[in-house]
Amino acid sequence: MEKILLRNIDAPGSHTLASYRARGGYAALEKVLREMTPEKLIDEIKASGLRGRGGAGFPTGMKWGFVPKDNPKPKYVVCNADESEPGTFKDRLLIEKNPHAIVEGTIIAAYAIRSHTSFIYIRGEMFYGAQVLERAIDEAAAAGYLGKNVLGSGYDIDLILHRGAGAYICGEETGLLSSLEGGKGWPKLKPPFPATHGLFGCPTVVNNVETLAALPWIITEGAARYAAIGTEKSKGTKLFSVSGHIKKPGVYEVDMGYPFKKFLAEDCGGMTNGKKLKGVIPGGASMPVLRADELDGITMDYESFQAAGTLLGSGGVIVMDESTCMVRAAWNLSRFFAHESCGQCSPCREGCHWIEKILNRIEHGAGRPGDLEKILSVSGNIGGNTICPFGDAASWPPAAFIKKFRGEFDEHIAAGKCTIH
Amino acid sequence: MAAVKFSEESLKKFDEIVARYPQKNAAMLPVLYLAQKEFGYISPEVMEYVAQIMDVPVARVLGVVTFYTMFNMKPIGRHHIQVCRTLSCALAGSERITAAIKEKLKIGVGETTPDGRFTLSEVECLASCGTAPMMQVNDDYYENLTEKNVGEILDRLK
Repeated sequence: MEKILLRNIDAPGSHTLASYRARGGYAALEKVLREMTPEKLIDEIKASGLRGRGGAGFPTGMKWGFVPKDNPKPKYVVCNADESEPGTFKDRLLIEKNPHAIVEGTIIAAYAIRSHTSFIYIRGEMFYGAQVLERAIDEAAAAGYLGKNVLGSGYDIDLILHRGAGAYICGEETGLLSSLEGGKGWPKLKPPFPATHGLFGCPTVVNNVETLAALPWIITEGAARYAAIGTEKSKGTKLFSVSGHIKKPGVYEVDMGYPFKKFLAEDCGGMTNGKKLKGVIPGGASMPVLRADELDGITMDYESFQAAGTLLGSGGVIVMDESTCMVRAAWNLSRFFAHESCGQCSPCREGCHWIEKILNRIEHGAGRPGDLEKILSVSGNIGGNTICPFGDAASWPPAAFIKKFRGEFDEHIAAGKCTIH
Repeated sequence: MAAVKFSEESLKKFDEIVARYPQKNAAMLPVLYLAQKEFGYISPEVMEYVAQIMDVPVARVLGVVTFYTMFNMKPIGRHHIQVCRTLSCALAGSERITAAIKEKLKIGVGETTPDGRFTLSEVECLASCGTAPMMQVNDDYYENLTEKNVGEILDRLK
């Protein structure tokens, strides 16, 4: 499999401009500015089949195409580097080891929608990553890739690094924009979509780090080459972050459509300590868990994970072996969502805490008959009833854990204690 | 007049930050970081001051400060230990790491050692799941923790 995003990532100094240029960096930007109109650029990215890598998988070229050309307001591009989905650490690797691909990708996206001010919104905790990006931005500006009249093309673009301050919800694009506007990271109702009413009410595109970092390669090598990789609806390569009870945890770049079982057993080295696989969350903590017996035939792409009743999401793969207490795992995640609910919509603000409380008592020996039905009812009343997709993200995991591992939950309640540990 | 005020150096920095953004409001988070750096934590007086220099109501500053986890509303230790407790770290034994730190420092989660050296917190996922369990101390990540090496790391933080 050819590496697009992780090429030379382990080379010493891979984060520097010199190293990035030595492997062909910024050639894509030159090509775009010299040879392509914004329209042609958007068509090229549409043709590549690239879909947003933050979790939702929305086609990138189409997203750009929604930005109105004739709107007189300023337009903005925001790189979403607020990576916070539990089990996901791919963007952090790109930020620390391949920051110039992100900078170049952001400039290309800005050119596509005729934006002259762009942002990278990085989560506040990633202090080191912010330093690496700041240096990359300074280097790019000194080399003439940022600022006025980029490479003599007459195109002006500024790139501002902005640090968040600790809130998962700011990874949701409208929550991110509220945060960037200086307020609480409260998501906004859609429509209107950011493409027409985004940052400061102006047309805005928000793209994930991994999405933007893929752009230079697509431009240099051509959309057709990118689209030749993967499956019918999932093109190109995808980063998967693998953690949990697995021998070789880490970030892997995989051609879309790669067999999931083979990936876990061979590429990731299989389970630690020879234990058996019990369950795996394939796309970050928000996505429904799969039992070991459900993995047959699954390939690593949007369609296949969806057909299996889950989603590819952010590609955060969390592997759990037979020793894992699934009640405790579900409680752990429900505690995460209760902590991170932004508090704007009642079903989510109240419901996430109820679910956490009930799962907590089941795990600690005080479960009651009817508790599981109550969780399913509460979770069913959160999903679809909130302003942003956090409600779905918070309601799917407990429901899936209960559905897939019902016996273990029943045993906990009947025994009045944790039956695993 | 607010009871606190930025140093000359911070005021210069403040002007630079505000100038960077298309609208002044957008500078709120970096300005609060600047305030936290200078004053140690975001007290009610600091919020009043930030509201004044940002031309917004104090309630807006309070809303922002309480919304995000990285702004401290009370003094914390010199080294803020933040152990990740989310699933991947939990599967790798983060509870044992927290227990070892509590035992060593004789404090609970949310507490500060009497000498003001350490504050212990538990936090949610820090995007370091492949090198779990992990903790952040101030700005730095410490990964692949064990009950043994976490003690050695803390010993080095004076």
